[in-house]
Amino acid sequence: MMDAALSFENLTLGYDRRPAVNGLDARIAEGSLTAIVGPNGAGKSTLLKGLTGSLPPMAGAVAFGGLSREDIAYLPQQSEIDRSFPLSVLDLVSMGLWHRIGLFGSLRAADRRRVAEAIAAVGLEGFERRAVGTLSGGQMQRVLFARLLLQDARLVLLDEPFAAIDTRTMADLLAIIHRWHGEGRTVLAVLHDFEAVKAHFPETLMLARTLVDHGPTKRVMTAENHFRARQMCEACDGPPHTCGRSAA
Amino acid sequence: MIEALAGPFVEFGFMRRALMGCIAVSVGATPIGVFLMLRRMSLTGDAMAHAILPGAAVGYLVSGLSVWAMTIGGLIAGMAVALLAGFVTRVTALKEDASLAAFYLISLALGVLIVSTRGSNVDLMHVLFGTVLALDDSALVLLCAIASVSVVTLALILRPLVLECADPQFLRSVSGASAATHFVFLGLAVLNLVGGFHALGTLMAVGIMILPAAAARFWVGGIGGLMAVAVGIAILSSLAGLLLSYHYSLPSGPAIILVAGIVYAVSLIVGPQGGILPRILPGRPSEA
Repeated sequence: MMDAALSFENLTLGYDRRPAVNGLDARIAEGSLTAIVGPNGAGKSTLLKGLTGSLPPMAGAVAFGGLSREDIAYLPQQSEIDRSFPLSVLDLVSMGLWHRIGLFGSLRAADRRRVAEAIAAVGLEGFERRAVGTLSGGQMQRVLFARLLLQDARLVLLDEPFAAIDTRTMADLLAIIHRWHGEGRTVLAVLHDFEAVKAHFPETLMLARTLVDHGPTKRVMTAENHFRARQMCEACDGPPHTCGRSAA
Repeated sequence: MIEALAGPFVEFGFMRRALMGCIAVSVGATPIGVFLMLRRMSLTGDAMAHAILPGAAVGYLVSGLSVWAMTIGGLIAGMAVALLAGFVTRVTALKEDASLAAFYLISLALGVLIVSTRGSNVDLMHVLFGTVLALDDSALVLLCAIASVSVVTLALILRPLVLECADPQFLRSVSGASAATHFVFLGLAVLNLVGGFHALGTLMAVGIMILPAAAARFWVGGIGGLMAVAVGIAILSSLAGLLLSYHYSLPSGPAIILVAGIVYAVSLIVGPQGGILPRILPGRPSEA
Protein backbone atom coordinates (compact mmCIF):
# COMPACT_ATOMS: atom_id res chain seq x y z
CA MET A 1 0.00 0.00 0.00
CA MET A 2 1.29 3.48 -0.88
CA ASP A 3 2.01 6.01 1.86
CA ALA A 4 -0.79 8.44 2.64
CA ALA A 5 -0.24 12.04 1.60
CA LEU A 6 -3.36 12.98 3.54
CA SER A 7 -5.56 11.31 6.15
CA PHE A 8 -8.88 12.76 7.25
CA GLU A 9 -9.94 11.59 10.68
CA ASN A 10 -13.53 12.42 11.60
CA LEU A 11 -12.89 15.78 9.91
CA THR A 12 -15.61 18.39 10.38
CA LEU A 13 -15.31 21.79 8.69
CA GLY A 14 -17.84 24.58 8.49
CA TYR A 15 -18.81 28.20 8.78
CA ASP A 16 -20.53 29.95 11.68
CA ARG A 17 -20.73 26.69 13.65
CA ARG A 18 -22.62 25.01 10.77
CA PRO A 19 -20.75 22.01 9.41
CA ALA A 20 -20.24 21.91 5.65
CA VAL A 21 -18.13 18.74 5.85
CA ASN A 22 -19.16 16.36 8.60
CA GLY A 23 -17.11 13.55 10.17
CA LEU A 24 -15.07 12.73 7.06
CA ASP A 25 -12.76 9.71 7.26
CA ALA A 26 -10.59 9.05 4.22
CA ARG A 27 -7.03 8.48 3.15
CA ILE A 28 -5.46 9.99 0.02
CA ALA A 29 -2.50 8.00 -1.25
CA GLU A 30 0.72 9.79 -2.07
CA GLY A 31 1.08 10.35 -5.80
CA SER A 32 -2.61 9.74 -6.47
CA LEU A 33 -4.76 11.73 -8.89
CA THR A 34 -8.14 12.13 -7.22
CA ALA A 35 -11.33 13.88 -8.30
CA ILE A 36 -13.61 15.25 -5.59
CA VAL A 37 -17.21 15.15 -6.76
CA GLY A 38 -20.62 15.70 -5.22
CA PRO A 39 -23.74 17.81 -5.52
CA ASN A 40 -23.73 21.58 -5.00
CA GLY A 41 -23.25 22.34 -1.32
CA ALA A 42 -21.59 18.97 -0.68
CA GLY A 43 -18.58 20.61 0.97
CA LYS A 44 -16.04 20.02 -1.83
CA SER A 45 -14.51 23.52 -1.86
CA THR A 46 -14.77 23.68 1.93
CA LEU A 47 -12.65 20.54 2.14
CA LEU A 48 -9.92 22.17 0.04
CA LYS A 49 -10.03 25.31 2.20
CA GLY A 50 -9.59 23.08 5.23
CA LEU A 51 -6.53 21.52 3.60
CA THR A 52 -4.94 24.90 2.84
CA GLY A 53 -5.30 25.92 6.48
CA SER A 54 -7.63 28.83 5.77
CA LEU A 55 -10.49 27.03 7.54
CA PRO A 56 -9.57 25.36 10.85
CA PRO A 57 -11.36 22.07 11.66
CA MET A 58 -14.41 22.29 13.94
CA ALA A 59 -13.67 18.69 14.94
CA GLY A 60 -11.36 15.89 13.89
CA ALA A 61 -8.06 16.41 12.11
CA VAL A 62 -6.07 16.16 8.90
CA ALA A 63 -2.77 14.28 9.00
CA PHE A 64 -0.51 15.73 6.32
CA GLY A 65 2.02 12.87 6.26
CA GLY A 66 5.04 15.14 6.64
CA LEU A 67 3.82 17.81 4.22
CA SER A 68 4.38 21.41 5.27
CA ARG A 69 2.59 24.53 4.02
CA GLU A 70 5.34 24.98 1.41
CA ASP A 71 4.50 21.58 -0.06
CA ILE A 72 0.89 22.56 -0.84
CA ALA A 73 -0.22 24.52 -3.90
CA TYR A 74 -3.81 25.70 -4.22
CA LEU A 75 -5.89 26.89 -7.16
CA PRO A 76 -8.86 28.89 -5.86
CA GLN A 77 -12.07 29.25 -7.82
CA GLN A 78 -11.85 32.17 -10.27
CA SER A 79 -14.87 33.76 -8.61
CA GLU A 80 -12.80 34.22 -5.45
CA ILE A 81 -10.23 36.35 -7.27
CA ASP A 82 -10.85 40.08 -7.69
CA ARG A 83 -9.87 40.54 -11.31
CA SER A 84 -10.62 44.27 -11.23
CA PHE A 85 -7.56 44.68 -8.98
CA PRO A 86 -4.74 46.23 -11.06
CA LEU A 87 -2.34 43.30 -11.27
CA SER A 88 -0.36 42.20 -14.31
CA VAL A 89 0.05 38.58 -15.42
CA LEU A 90 3.71 38.82 -14.39
CA ASP A 91 2.79 40.06 -10.89
CA LEU A 92 0.25 37.30 -10.31
CA VAL A 93 2.41 34.46 -11.61
CA SER A 94 5.42 35.71 -9.61
CA MET A 95 3.44 35.12 -6.43
CA GLY A 96 4.02 31.41 -7.07
CA LEU A 97 7.51 32.06 -5.68
CA TRP A 98 6.06 33.29 -2.38
CA HIS A 99 7.85 30.66 -0.31
CA ARG A 100 11.21 31.81 -1.73
CA ILE A 101 10.70 35.56 -1.75
CA GLY A 102 8.34 35.83 1.25
CA LEU A 103 7.08 39.20 2.43
CA PHE A 104 10.08 41.30 1.49
CA GLY A 105 12.36 39.39 -0.91
CA SER A 106 12.93 40.45 -4.49
CA LEU A 107 13.09 38.39 -7.67
CA ARG A 108 16.58 37.45 -8.84
CA ALA A 109 17.53 36.85 -12.47
CA ALA A 110 17.01 33.08 -12.03
CA ASP A 111 13.55 33.71 -10.54
CA ARG A 112 12.59 35.90 -13.46
CA ARG A 113 13.67 33.15 -15.84
CA ARG A 114 11.50 30.64 -13.96
CA VAL A 115 8.51 33.01 -14.11
CA ALA A 116 9.03 33.48 -17.86
CA GLU A 117 9.28 29.70 -18.35
CA ALA A 118 6.08 29.10 -16.38
CA ILE A 119 4.20 31.70 -18.44
CA ALA A 120 5.54 30.12 -21.64
CA ALA A 121 4.59 26.62 -20.42
CA VAL A 122 0.91 27.62 -20.27
CA GLY A 123 1.07 29.28 -23.71
CA LEU A 124 0.88 32.90 -22.58
CA GLU A 125 4.18 34.33 -23.88
CA GLY A 126 3.67 38.00 -24.68
CA PHE A 127 0.93 38.41 -22.06
CA GLU A 128 3.32 39.32 -19.22
CA ARG A 129 2.31 42.99 -18.98
CA ARG A 130 -1.39 42.44 -19.55
CA ALA A 131 -3.71 43.30 -16.66
CA VAL A 132 -5.43 40.15 -15.39
CA GLY A 133 -8.77 41.95 -15.69
CA THR A 134 -8.43 41.96 -19.48
CA LEU A 135 -7.96 38.19 -19.82
CA SER A 136 -10.59 35.66 -20.85
CA GLY A 137 -11.64 32.95 -18.38
CA GLY A 138 -9.40 30.41 -20.10
CA GLN A 139 -6.39 32.74 -20.19
CA MET A 140 -6.89 33.52 -16.50
CA GLN A 141 -6.93 29.82 -15.66
CA ARG A 142 -3.67 29.41 -17.60
CA VAL A 143 -2.16 32.24 -15.52
CA LEU A 144 -3.21 30.49 -12.31
CA PHE A 145 -1.72 27.22 -13.55
CA ALA A 146 1.55 29.06 -14.29
CA ARG A 147 1.56 30.18 -10.67
CA LEU A 148 0.97 26.57 -9.57
CA LEU A 149 3.90 25.44 -11.74
CA LEU A 150 6.17 27.87 -9.90
CA GLN A 151 4.99 26.62 -6.53
CA ASP A 152 6.45 23.22 -7.46
CA ALA A 153 4.44 21.55 -4.67
CA ARG A 154 4.07 17.88 -3.69
CA LEU A 155 0.34 18.31 -3.05
CA VAL A 156 -1.74 20.24 -5.62
CA LEU A 157 -5.30 21.26 -4.75
CA LEU A 158 -7.49 22.43 -7.64
CA ASP A 159 -10.92 23.98 -7.06
CA GLU A 160 -12.96 23.67 -10.26
CA PRO A 161 -9.99 24.01 -12.64
CA PHE A 162 -12.12 23.54 -15.77
CA ALA A 163 -15.03 25.85 -14.96
CA ALA A 164 -15.98 28.10 -17.89
CA ILE A 165 -13.01 27.33 -20.13
CA ASP A 166 -12.85 26.11 -23.73
CA THR A 167 -11.98 22.53 -24.69
CA ARG A 168 -8.49 23.40 -25.97
CA THR A 169 -7.56 25.11 -22.71
CA MET A 170 -9.00 22.18 -20.80
CA ALA A 171 -6.87 19.76 -22.82
CA ASP A 172 -3.73 21.83 -22.18
CA LEU A 173 -4.43 22.05 -18.43
CA LEU A 174 -5.22 18.32 -18.27
CA ALA A 175 -1.81 17.67 -19.85
CA ILE A 176 -0.19 19.65 -17.03
CA ILE A 177 -2.19 17.71 -14.43
CA HIS A 178 -1.13 14.39 -15.97
CA ARG A 179 2.48 15.58 -15.94
CA TRP A 180 2.20 16.34 -12.22
CA HIS A 181 0.72 12.88 -11.68
CA GLY A 182 3.58 11.34 -13.64
CA GLU A 183 6.06 13.20 -11.46
CA GLY A 184 4.56 11.56 -8.37
CA ARG A 185 2.77 14.63 -7.02
CA THR A 186 -0.55 14.16 -5.26
CA VAL A 187 -3.38 15.98 -7.03
CA LEU A 188 -6.90 16.60 -5.69
CA ALA A 189 -9.34 18.37 -7.99
CA VAL A 190 -12.92 19.46 -7.34
CA LEU A 191 -14.79 18.73 -10.56
CA HIS A 192 -18.32 18.89 -11.95
CA ASP A 193 -17.55 17.40 -15.37
CA PHE A 194 -18.20 13.68 -14.79
CA GLU A 195 -16.93 12.71 -18.25
CA ALA A 196 -13.58 14.35 -17.49
CA VAL A 197 -13.49 12.57 -14.12
CA LYS A 198 -14.11 9.16 -15.72
CA ALA A 199 -11.60 9.80 -18.52
CA HIS A 200 -8.71 11.33 -16.60
CA PHE A 201 -8.93 10.71 -12.83
CA PRO A 202 -8.12 7.21 -11.58
CA GLU A 203 -9.46 7.89 -8.05
CA THR A 204 -12.65 9.61 -6.94
CA LEU A 205 -13.84 10.84 -3.57
CA MET A 206 -17.59 11.43 -3.59
CA LEU A 207 -18.77 13.84 -0.95
CA ALA A 208 -22.21 14.83 0.32
CA ARG A 209 -21.07 16.76 3.39
CA THR A 210 -19.88 13.38 4.59
CA LEU A 211 -18.21 10.57 2.68
CA VAL A 212 -20.38 8.77 0.11
CA ASP A 213 -17.63 6.64 -1.41
CA HIS A 214 -13.91 6.78 -2.13
CA GLY A 215 -11.84 4.56 -4.38
CA PRO A 216 -11.30 3.73 -8.05
CA THR A 217 -13.35 6.07 -10.21
CA LYS A 218 -15.17 3.24 -12.03
CA ARG A 219 -16.44 1.86 -8.73
CA VAL A 220 -17.37 5.22 -7.18
CA MET A 221 -19.05 6.98 -10.15
CA THR A 222 -22.22 4.93 -10.19
CA ALA A 223 -25.82 6.10 -10.58
CA GLU A 224 -26.59 4.64 -7.16
CA ASN A 225 -23.84 6.69 -5.46
CA HIS A 226 -24.96 9.89 -7.23
CA PHE A 227 -28.52 9.27 -6.06
CA ARG A 228 -27.35 8.64 -2.49
CA ALA A 229 -25.21 11.79 -2.56
CA ARG A 230 -28.14 13.95 -3.65
CA GLN A 231 -30.37 12.48 -0.96
CA MET A 232 -27.73 12.94 1.74
CA CYS A 233 -27.24 16.59 0.77
CA GLU A 234 -30.99 17.20 0.83
CA ALA A 235 -31.15 15.57 4.28
CA CYS A 236 -28.49 18.04 5.46
CA ASP A 237 -30.74 20.92 4.44
CA GLY A 238 -33.30 19.60 6.95
CA PRO A 239 -32.93 19.24 10.74
CA PRO A 240 -29.28 19.02 11.84
CA HIS A 241 -29.63 15.54 13.40
CA THR A 242 -30.43 14.03 9.99
CA CYS A 243 -27.22 15.35 8.36
CA GLY A 244 -24.76 12.70 7.32
CA ARG A 245 -27.29 9.84 7.23
CA SER A 246 -27.58 7.90 4.06
CA ALA A 247 -31.07 7.77 2.62
CA ALA A 248 -30.37 4.36 1.14
CA MET B 1 0.22 85.53 -11.17
CA ILE B 2 3.28 84.24 -9.28
CA GLU B 3 2.44 86.67 -6.51
CA ALA B 4 -1.09 85.23 -6.28
CA LEU B 5 0.22 81.66 -6.18
CA ALA B 6 3.27 82.01 -3.96
CA GLY B 7 2.51 85.21 -2.07
CA PRO B 8 0.27 83.74 0.65
CA PHE B 9 2.83 81.04 1.47
CA VAL B 10 5.78 83.48 1.44
CA GLU B 11 3.97 86.02 3.54
CA PHE B 12 2.12 83.92 6.13
CA GLY B 13 3.47 81.18 8.39
CA PHE B 14 0.01 79.72 8.94
CA MET B 15 -0.35 79.13 5.18
CA ARG B 16 3.03 77.36 5.04
CA ARG B 17 2.02 75.20 8.01
CA ALA B 18 -1.33 74.44 6.39
CA LEU B 19 0.39 73.42 3.14
CA MET B 20 2.93 71.28 4.98
CA GLY B 21 0.16 69.61 7.00
CA CYS B 22 -1.84 68.91 3.84
CA ILE B 23 1.20 67.45 2.08
CA ALA B 24 1.79 65.14 5.06
CA VAL B 25 -1.85 64.06 5.04
CA SER B 26 -1.73 63.52 1.26
CA VAL B 27 1.44 61.39 1.40
CA GLY B 28 0.18 59.26 4.29
CA ALA B 29 -3.55 58.97 3.69
CA THR B 30 -3.95 58.84 -0.07
CA PRO B 31 -2.15 55.51 -0.68
CA ILE B 32 -4.38 54.03 2.04
CA GLY B 33 -7.34 55.50 0.14
CA VAL B 34 -6.16 53.71 -3.02
CA PHE B 35 -6.38 50.38 -1.21
CA LEU B 36 -9.71 51.26 0.42
CA MET B 37 -11.06 51.99 -3.06
CA LEU B 38 -9.60 48.83 -4.61
CA ARG B 39 -11.02 46.74 -1.76
CA ARG B 40 -14.42 48.37 -2.27
CA MET B 41 -14.11 49.79 1.25
CA SER B 42 -14.49 53.49 0.40
CA LEU B 43 -17.63 53.76 2.49
CA THR B 44 -15.96 51.80 5.28
CA GLY B 45 -13.38 54.59 5.37
CA ASP B 46 -16.19 57.11 5.64
CA ALA B 47 -17.77 55.17 8.49
CA MET B 48 -14.46 54.90 10.34
CA ALA B 49 -13.89 58.66 9.91
CA HIS B 50 -17.18 59.33 11.66
CA ALA B 51 -16.40 56.71 14.28
CA ILE B 52 -13.33 58.69 15.38
CA LEU B 53 -15.50 61.53 16.62
CA PRO B 54 -16.60 60.28 20.06
CA GLY B 55 -13.03 59.28 20.96
CA ALA B 56 -11.68 62.65 19.88
CA ALA B 57 -14.56 64.29 21.74
CA VAL B 58 -13.68 62.47 24.97
CA GLY B 59 -10.07 63.61 24.49
CA TYR B 60 -11.37 67.13 24.02
CA LEU B 61 -13.54 66.79 27.15
CA VAL B 62 -10.52 65.72 29.20
CA SER B 63 -7.84 68.03 27.80
CA GLY B 64 -9.54 70.65 25.65
CA LEU B 65 -8.17 71.08 22.09
CA SER B 66 -5.08 68.99 22.89
CA VAL B 67 -3.74 67.31 19.74
CA TRP B 68 -2.42 64.21 21.51
CA ALA B 69 -5.48 63.58 23.71
CA MET B 70 -7.83 63.88 20.74
CA THR B 71 -5.52 61.66 18.65
CA ILE B 72 -5.40 58.87 21.21
CA GLY B 73 -9.15 59.09 21.79
CA GLY B 74 -9.81 59.02 18.04
CA LEU B 75 -7.50 56.05 17.48
CA ILE B 76 -9.17 54.01 20.22
CA ALA B 77 -12.69 54.83 19.02
CA GLY B 78 -11.85 54.26 15.32
CA MET B 79 -10.25 50.87 15.90
CA ALA B 80 -13.01 49.84 18.32
CA VAL B 81 -15.73 50.58 15.76
CA ALA B 82 -13.83 48.88 12.92
CA LEU B 83 -13.32 45.74 15.02
CA LEU B 84 -16.82 45.77 16.53
CA ALA B 85 -18.41 46.12 13.09
CA GLY B 86 -16.37 43.12 11.88
CA PHE B 87 -17.32 41.14 15.00
CA VAL B 88 -21.05 41.89 14.59
CA THR B 89 -20.85 40.84 10.92
CA ARG B 90 -19.22 37.54 11.87
CA VAL B 91 -21.54 36.55 14.73
CA THR B 92 -24.87 37.95 13.51
CA ALA B 93 -26.90 37.95 10.30
CA LEU B 94 -26.13 41.65 9.66
CA LYS B 95 -23.97 42.50 6.63
CA GLU B 96 -20.82 44.60 7.18
CA ASP B 97 -22.16 47.75 5.48
CA ALA B 98 -25.27 47.86 7.68
CA SER B 99 -23.22 47.08 10.78
CA LEU B 100 -20.74 49.88 9.98
CA ALA B 101 -23.57 52.31 9.22
CA ALA B 102 -25.18 51.55 12.59
CA PHE B 103 -21.93 52.09 14.47
CA TYR B 104 -20.95 55.27 12.69
CA LEU B 105 -24.35 56.90 13.12
CA ILE B 106 -24.24 56.15 16.83
CA SER B 107 -20.63 57.40 16.99
CA LEU B 108 -21.43 60.63 15.17
CA ALA B 109 -24.40 61.40 17.40
CA LEU B 110 -22.41 60.55 20.53
CA GLY B 111 -19.44 62.67 19.42
CA VAL B 112 -21.53 65.74 18.64
CA LEU B 113 -23.32 65.31 21.97
CA ILE B 114 -20.06 65.10 23.94
CA VAL B 115 -18.51 68.14 22.23
CA SER B 116 -21.73 70.15 22.71
CA THR B 117 -21.86 69.43 26.46
CA ARG B 118 -18.67 71.38 27.02
CA GLY B 119 -17.66 73.27 23.91
CA SER B 120 -19.17 75.98 21.82
CA ASN B 121 -20.45 75.71 18.25
CA VAL B 122 -17.04 76.96 17.12
CA ASP B 123 -15.37 73.95 18.80
CA LEU B 124 -17.88 71.64 17.16
CA MET B 125 -17.15 73.16 13.74
CA HIS B 126 -13.41 72.69 14.38
CA VAL B 127 -13.92 69.02 15.16
CA LEU B 128 -16.25 68.40 12.24
CA PHE B 129 -14.45 70.46 9.58
CA GLY B 130 -10.89 70.75 10.89
CA THR B 131 -8.55 73.63 11.53
CA VAL B 132 -6.00 73.41 8.76
CA LEU B 133 -5.15 77.12 9.01
CA ALA B 134 -4.47 76.80 12.72
CA LEU B 135 -2.06 73.84 12.79
CA ASP B 136 0.50 74.34 15.54
CA ASP B 137 3.93 72.71 15.89
CA SER B 138 2.68 69.66 17.76
CA ALA B 139 -0.09 69.04 15.20
CA LEU B 140 2.39 69.37 12.35
CA VAL B 141 4.82 66.97 14.01
CA LEU B 142 1.95 64.53 14.54
CA LEU B 143 0.84 64.69 10.90
CA CYS B 144 4.41 64.17 9.63
CA ALA B 145 4.94 61.28 12.07
CA ILE B 146 1.70 59.62 10.95
CA ALA B 147 2.68 60.04 7.28
CA SER B 148 6.13 58.52 7.94
CA VAL B 149 4.77 55.55 9.92
CA SER B 150 2.10 55.02 7.29
CA VAL B 151 4.46 55.02 4.29
CA VAL B 152 6.97 52.68 5.97
CA THR B 153 4.29 50.26 7.23
CA LEU B 154 2.52 50.21 3.88
CA ALA B 155 5.82 49.37 2.18
CA LEU B 156 6.32 46.49 4.65
CA ILE B 157 2.86 44.97 4.14
CA LEU B 158 2.46 45.84 0.45
CA ARG B 159 2.92 42.32 -0.93
CA PRO B 160 0.47 40.51 1.40
CA LEU B 161 -1.91 43.46 1.19
CA VAL B 162 -2.05 43.22 -2.61
CA LEU B 163 -2.72 39.47 -2.36
CA GLU B 164 -5.23 39.96 0.45
CA CYS B 165 -7.15 42.29 -1.89
CA ALA B 166 -6.81 40.36 -5.15
CA ASP B 167 -6.59 36.72 -4.14
CA PRO B 168 -7.21 36.24 -0.40
CA GLN B 169 -7.63 32.45 -0.60
CA PHE B 170 -4.22 32.08 -2.21
CA LEU B 171 -2.64 34.27 0.50
CA ARG B 172 -4.22 32.11 3.20
CA SER B 173 -2.82 29.02 1.51
CA VAL B 174 0.78 30.31 1.44
CA SER B 175 0.97 32.46 4.55
CA GLY B 176 -0.57 33.01 7.94
CA ALA B 177 -0.22 36.78 7.45
CA SER B 178 -3.73 37.35 6.11
CA ALA B 179 -5.52 38.40 9.31
CA ALA B 180 -2.53 40.41 10.57
CA THR B 181 -2.31 42.24 7.23
CA HIS B 182 -6.00 43.12 7.38
CA PHE B 183 -5.75 44.49 10.91
CA VAL B 184 -2.56 46.45 10.24
CA PHE B 185 -4.27 47.96 7.20
CA LEU B 186 -7.34 48.89 9.26
CA GLY B 187 -5.00 50.41 11.86
CA LEU B 188 -3.27 52.49 9.17
CA ALA B 189 -6.64 53.66 7.85
CA VAL B 190 -7.74 54.78 11.32
CA LEU B 191 -4.34 56.39 12.03
CA ASN B 192 -4.52 58.43 8.84
CA LEU B 193 -8.13 59.38 9.41
CA VAL B 194 -7.14 60.69 12.84
CA GLY B 195 -4.32 62.67 11.21
CA GLY B 196 -6.65 63.97 8.53
CA PHE B 197 -9.16 64.85 11.21
CA HIS B 198 -6.78 67.42 12.71
CA ALA B 199 -6.37 69.15 9.36
CA LEU B 200 -9.71 68.65 7.68
CA GLY B 201 -12.12 67.48 10.39
CA THR B 202 -13.97 64.19 10.76
CA LEU B 203 -16.39 64.93 7.94
CA MET B 204 -13.75 65.93 5.37
CA ALA B 205 -10.79 63.70 6.32
CA VAL B 206 -11.94 60.77 4.24
CA GLY B 207 -12.27 63.07 1.19
CA ILE B 208 -8.51 63.50 0.82
CA MET B 209 -8.20 59.70 1.01
CA ILE B 210 -10.83 58.63 -1.46
CA LEU B 211 -11.34 61.39 -4.06
CA PRO B 212 -7.72 61.48 -5.34
CA ALA B 213 -7.67 57.66 -5.39
CA ALA B 214 -10.91 57.52 -7.37
CA ALA B 215 -9.64 60.18 -9.79
CA ALA B 216 -6.29 58.37 -10.28
CA ARG B 217 -8.16 55.18 -11.29
CA PHE B 218 -9.14 56.95 -14.54
CA TRP B 219 -5.55 57.76 -15.49
CA VAL B 220 -3.29 54.81 -14.59
CA GLY B 221 -3.62 51.05 -14.20
CA GLY B 222 -0.78 49.71 -12.02
CA ILE B 223 -0.85 49.86 -8.24
CA GLY B 224 2.38 51.91 -7.97
CA GLY B 225 1.18 54.39 -10.58
CA LEU B 226 -2.19 54.67 -8.85
CA MET B 227 -0.59 55.59 -5.54
CA ALA B 228 1.81 58.11 -7.13
CA VAL B 229 -0.90 59.84 -9.20
CA ALA B 230 -3.33 59.88 -6.26
CA VAL B 231 -0.74 61.52 -3.97
CA GLY B 232 0.01 64.07 -6.71
CA ILE B 233 -3.69 64.90 -7.10
CA ALA B 234 -4.08 65.21 -3.32
CA ILE B 235 -1.14 67.63 -3.02
CA LEU B 236 -2.30 69.74 -5.99
CA SER B 237 -5.85 69.82 -4.58
CA SER B 238 -4.47 70.94 -1.22
CA LEU B 239 -2.41 73.69 -2.83
CA ALA B 240 -5.29 74.91 -5.01
CA GLY B 241 -7.83 74.61 -2.17
CA LEU B 242 -5.65 76.63 0.22
CA LEU B 243 -5.12 79.37 -2.39
CA LEU B 244 -8.84 79.55 -3.18
CA SER B 245 -9.57 79.64 0.52
CA TYR B 246 -7.09 82.52 0.98
CA HIS B 247 -8.11 84.63 -2.00
CA TYR B 248 -11.89 84.14 -1.74
CA SER B 249 -12.27 83.75 2.06
CA LEU B 250 -13.63 80.21 1.75
CA PRO B 251 -13.42 77.59 4.50
CA SER B 252 -10.17 75.78 3.66
CA GLY B 253 -11.13 72.12 4.39
CA PRO B 254 -14.18 72.10 2.12
CA ALA B 255 -12.26 74.12 -0.52
CA ILE B 256 -9.51 71.45 -0.65
CA ILE B 257 -12.02 68.61 -0.88
CA LEU B 258 -14.05 70.43 -3.53
CA VAL B 259 -10.95 70.91 -5.70
CA ALA B 260 -10.25 67.18 -5.33
CA GLY B 261 -13.90 66.65 -6.31
CA ILE B 262 -13.44 68.75 -9.45
CA VAL B 263 -10.33 66.74 -10.39
CA TYR B 264 -12.38 63.58 -9.86
CA ALA B 265 -15.23 64.89 -12.07
CA VAL B 266 -12.82 65.87 -14.87
CA SER B 267 -11.07 62.46 -14.61
CA LEU B 268 -14.43 60.71 -14.73
CA ILE B 269 -15.21 62.43 -18.02
CA VAL B 270 -11.86 62.45 -19.86
CA GLY B 271 -9.73 59.84 -18.06
CA PRO B 272 -8.27 57.35 -20.58
CA GLN B 273 -8.77 54.34 -18.26
CA GLY B 274 -12.52 53.86 -18.49
CA GLY B 275 -13.61 57.54 -18.45
CA ILE B 276 -16.92 58.49 -20.08
CA LEU B 277 -15.56 60.19 -23.24
CA PRO B 278 -12.95 57.54 -24.13
CA ARG B 279 -15.70 54.93 -23.74
CA ILE B 280 -18.18 56.59 -26.08
CA LEU B 281 -15.79 58.06 -28.64
CA PRO B 282 -14.76 55.76 -31.51
CA GLY B 283 -11.23 54.40 -31.33
CA ARG B 284 -9.22 51.86 -29.46
CA PRO B 285 -11.13 50.61 -26.40
CA SER B 286 -9.48 51.53 -23.11
CA GLU B 287 -8.42 48.96 -20.56
CA ALA B 288 -10.53 49.62 -17.47
